[in-house]
Amino acid sequence: MLYIALIYNRETGSNDPKMFEAYGQYTKEMIEGGFFKAGDPLQPSETATCVSVRNGKTELKDGPFSETKEQLGGYYVLECANLDLAIECAAKIPGAKTGTVEVRPIVAM
Amino acid sequence: MNQATSAEDPLARIFREEAAGVLSVLIGQVRDFELAEDALQDALAEAVVIWRRDGPPRSGAAWLLTAARRRAIDRLRRATVIRKEASQLELLAQLELGGRETEENQPIPDERLRLIFTCCHPALAQDARVALTLRTLCGLSTGEIGRAFLVSEATMSRRLVRAKNKIRAAAIPYEVPEGSEVTERLASVLDVIYLIFNEGFSATKGASPTRASLCLEAIRLSRVLYQLMPHPEAGGLLAMMLLHDARRDARTDADGAYVPIAEQDRSRWNGELIDQGTKLLLHCLGQHRPGPFQIQAAISALHAEAPSASATDWKQIAALYAALFEITPTAVVTLNRAVAISNVETPAAALALVDTVSDELDGYQPLHAARADLLSRCGRNTDAAAAFRRAISMSGNASERNFLQRKLDQLT
Repeated sequence: MLYIALIYNRETGSNDPKMFEAYGQYTKEMIEGGFFKAGDPLQPSETATCVSVRNGKTELKDGPFSETKEQLGGYYVLECANLDLAIECAAKIPGAKTGTVEVRPIVAM
Repeated sequence: MNQATSAEDPLARIFREEAAGVLSVLIGQVRDFELAEDALQDALAEAVVIWRRDGPPRSGAAWLLTAARRRAIDRLRRATVIRKEASQLELLAQLELGGRETEENQPIPDERLRLIFTCCHPALAQDARVALTLRTLCGLSTGEIGRAFLVSEATMSRRLVRAKNKIRAAAIPYEVPEGSEVTERLASVLDVIYLIFNEGFSATKGASPTRASLCLEAIRLSRVLYQLMPHPEAGGLLAMMLLHDARRDARTDADGAYVPIAEQDRSRWNGELIDQGTKLLLHCLGQHRPGPFQIQAAISALHAEAPSASATDWKQIAALYAALFEITPTAVVTLNRAVAISNVETPAAALALVDTVSDELDGYQPLHAARADLLSRCGRNTDAAAAFRRAISMSGNASERNFLQRKLDQLT
């Protein structure tokens, strides 16, 4: 089963080298455990553009989809046998200690 | 829940006793909640006809499992013709092979523990855990569960479908957790059972026969759990529910009015249940792995063994609430501890403690009832009257409202 772990956190506006290192460690652990499929950090939500098409016309909005305190800041795609394992992996994501990680199964196509 | 029908219909009794066990094995084999449930319903319908004609088989469970698996294979075959998924075909082949190994008169394995842990998985919303547990383990119909929780059958049905979808789509595993995880996951299971019990016991939203039997369902399920997993906290929960349930009849008088524990006729307490609960609790406490349910059972046991309200060992009850607070530091525990302290020290001392949590518990009806009682015992009648009025306005239970109204009338 593939799961996506969406990492939501408050945006601090600065890069914490300790956090960077913690993510490096975590990614390494996921690769070695055979769970890692993909994963990336995202640019801050102020760089986001929302795109929608209405009546054939493309409409743009500056900023993220929802203006909440915690914003999507990165993701992992993990291969896990079941939800318990996916939760175990998600709980180790450094951002889970300060924010929230949403775990969603990916539809097999 | 079908007590009326089970008395006259032996088939209903067999279904009720065996369905959860059969379902638990079937889910493991077909790996799909919904399919297993539908197939079991088919098998039950088949059983009604055949058992009435030929008499019930030696092992109803094995018969039902064989029939249900056959029905599941039929359903899978029909679905597979349309979808032709490789995994479905593989499962079908396995099921057809596995079926030959089952002897119809052999006892079937007990997989209910897996079912319990899956239904009570913390990734499901709490109301969904409760509903799913009542549906699959207690065999209540969707309508019955809806009535017990005062929502429509359609709403309850959606809640169940959503939960089952999540189990499948998110791959919530069908297994008993292992290692360090067990304690945490067991706590989730115990909470669900206690919630079912409490819903029937406190009847906050009015009384009905369906709701009262939730207590019996919770006790029955708790016995199964403790038998399959004799953890001291599982025993603690069962002991606590037995001790509470022992007082059930005494909680209402001949007119159906609510009677608080201090005014209950103790001769109406069920001595057999008290005895069972106390023995079980002592056995669990002897394992020296205390937990919140064992402590709450101990508090209930102290009430049960007191010959009168005034002879209750309030000092020890206050100490137990303090111990409970160490494990679960909540405002509700503080409130209960304060009530115990009012009988050991002074109502004023208790009131001071209550006021440390009164803001946090402002929306909690028992806070205002307790404050009203303490204020009146302190002689502060005006404040007490205000608190009684607040408690009355917040109570959803008519007999409790009447009780509080009488107290209010006695003030002036």
